[in-house]
Amino acid sequence: MKAKQRLAILCGKMAGMASRLAGGGGTTLPGWVAQAIHPSLVSYLVSRIPQGVTLVTGTNGKTTTSRLLATILSDVHFIPIYNRAGSNLMRGIATALVSQAHLDGHFRQPNQIVGLFEVDEATLPRAIRETQPKVVVATNLFRDQLDRYGELDSLAQSWSQAFKELPQGATLVLNGDDPLLAHLGHRISIPIIYYGLETEGMGTLEHAADSIRCPTCGNDFQYSAIFYGHLGHYCCRVCGTARPLPQVRAFHLCRHGIQGYTMELGLPGGGMVVELGLPGLYNVYNAAAAAAAAAALGIPHHHIQNGLKKATAAFGRLETLSVQGRRICLILAKNPVGFNEALRIVDSDKEARHLLLVLNDRIADGRDVSWIWDVDFETLLPHGASIVVSGLRAEDMAIRLKYAVPEIGLPRVKKNLREALYSTLEATSLGDTIYIIPTYTAMLEVRAALVNMGYVSHPLMEEG
Amino acid sequence: MMGGLVILHLYPRLMNLYGDRGNVLCLVERCRRRGIASEVRAVEVGQRLDLTDVDILFMGGGQDKEQQLAAQDMEGEKGGLLRAAVEDGLAVLAICGGYQLLGHYYRPASRPEMKGVSVLDVTTLHKGSQTSRCIGNVVAQWEGKTLVGFENHGGLTYLGPEAKPLARVVIGYGNNGQDKGEGAQYLNAFGTYLHGSFLPKNPHFADHLLRLALERRYGHASLEPLDDDLEMTAHGAAVARARGDRRWTNRALSWLKG
Repeated sequence: MKAKQRLAILCGKMAGMASRLAGGGGTTLPGWVAQAIHPSLVSYLVSRIPQGVTLVTGTNGKTTTSRLLATILSDVHFIPIYNRAGSNLMRGIATALVSQAHLDGHFRQPNQIVGLFEVDEATLPRAIRETQPKVVVATNLFRDQLDRYGELDSLAQSWSQAFKELPQGATLVLNGDDPLLAHLGHRISIPIIYYGLETEGMGTLEHAADSIRCPTCGNDFQYSAIFYGHLGHYCCRVCGTARPLPQVRAFHLCRHGIQGYTMELGLPGGGMVVELGLPGLYNVYNAAAAAAAAAALGIPHHHIQNGLKKATAAFGRLETLSVQGRRICLILAKNPVGFNEALRIVDSDKEARHLLLVLNDRIADGRDVSWIWDVDFETLLPHGASIVVSGLRAEDMAIRLKYAVPEIGLPRVKKNLREALYSTLEATSLGDTIYIIPTYTAMLEVRAALVNMGYVSHPLMEEG
Repeated sequence: MMGGLVILHLYPRLMNLYGDRGNVLCLVERCRRRGIASEVRAVEVGQRLDLTDVDILFMGGGQDKEQQLAAQDMEGEKGGLLRAAVEDGLAVLAICGGYQLLGHYYRPASRPEMKGVSVLDVTTLHKGSQTSRCIGNVVAQWEGKTLVGFENHGGLTYLGPEAKPLARVVIGYGNNGQDKGEGAQYLNAFGTYLHGSFLPKNPHFADHLLRLALERRYGHASLEPLDDDLEMTAHGAAVARARGDRRWTNRALSWLKG
């Protein structure tokens, strides 16, 4: 091993220690430092992982799908090396590898470790080049942060190019209910596992739906079922483009409110009943994605079943905390499709009366907040709920609600998050549930505030 | 009670890139609060456009591919109808991609040129994928008041002699980042790069559109003032946010210059 590689790993580890001493999370700095010293360090380190690497990308569901797959892999006694939620650029992946590697570039128990990285949509092509993955999972493509990613079509184009560079023997796992992803699949010659839902959908498209036109001929798709966003059972009456039949399919869904689902999962070579402790239809997709990826990795079915059963919600995606005899349910929502699903989860609790919406416009949230006008508040906002809005763009959320449902009266605007939390808690009684829907950086702030205010004794750090 | 208004949303499904429909929701709600009846009609590609009793036409933005479909559709009968109606005083608001299509043409970086309907004397060019997009919070001056919004466009728009800029950029890029112009206006037709959505946070401009439409239909317009405290607080917060962006950019620049 070259001295430069050793130096890169050493400096990366030192940067991580320094960052943690300074109170930071050390989730990207080590990788950044190590890559600055040795730009191809990621390629070098992943070549030391005989079980290979799985990449998970997509607009929504990256983190949860990765976590579900991680629990499945752990059930087989694999040790997944994964990047922290949100650190899904190359430096986050490099950080995960550097922190697990020995100084000589070897890993402990090399035959048991697997690389499992969630990857930012725009970083996917580079991640494919540098990690030569065995499996790539793409969950969906929704409009998200146009200020950061540009338009959906150009992103899809760059993925299409990147998929062509996948190594021999790689498998692509695609959400077949997403017409844009299925279209990418049509044009590639490597093995593909499609997954999808077989259940009743909604009657109408959400306002947030994109990609509702056939990518082949440009005519409108006909949907026989719509699950959320533009995901569903579609076909084009003009050119015949249609949803591919999924090899992995979720059906017989039985929803247990915010407790999650019981469902059947059909996989190549057999089916199984799965208990999933995560609510929201998007988590059914995430479970199907994780199961499909596990199948692509050749993992036996009973491990898939166990893993899904054991899984808990990923970092802040959907988290329940107990605060002063009240239950706080935290649901991350960073784009209109995700927000609609979050509102549906709240709506599935008929007792839901306390809502706190926190809207930030930092870079990680997307600086443009106009997407809130595509959320279907008009139909999805629970009736009679008392609503507090907070965050850097609290007023934007407040007018959105004012124009959505004029009858419910103005929401309380508490720009300061602590005040917002106080105000929300004040209005509750023992045993009530408070639903908090924050954007990404707002979610981090809510967690920090709950700790600082003494409501939660232990620091809410991400597990793993 | 005043009689009603008809709002036509052109391509609501095709051209709704980021919350553009909020503009229509805003117009409808501001009518409702004043007891003015309103009706929203939608016209998509391939559907017939009838502007005879329409008071306000709205069009949002779309990605290049969608914009191309809209451009082709407008090249037919729709373009001519729209030009005639604007000459007749129709109130029009077009955002971003919709604004570009009201001009003579949009020349994207790598796709063929899209013909516009020439309602506005403007042209739009994309200088190629190497040049960065105009992205960020915008504050502009319009008739002594401010307009706020968020812009995100690759194309740069240049005005000809027939169009006048809608507003003057205080913070942000606007039409092309050079001449301080933002948006364009011809008679009662307006184009702008601001979304956010645009009208909810700029209630004074929303009412301006309503007033123009009411005057055209009924010869006079008396718009009761509404309680816009929340709207103007949001407006102020957006101005503050844009100033914050600029302060950080300036700091970073001065730090780089040492």
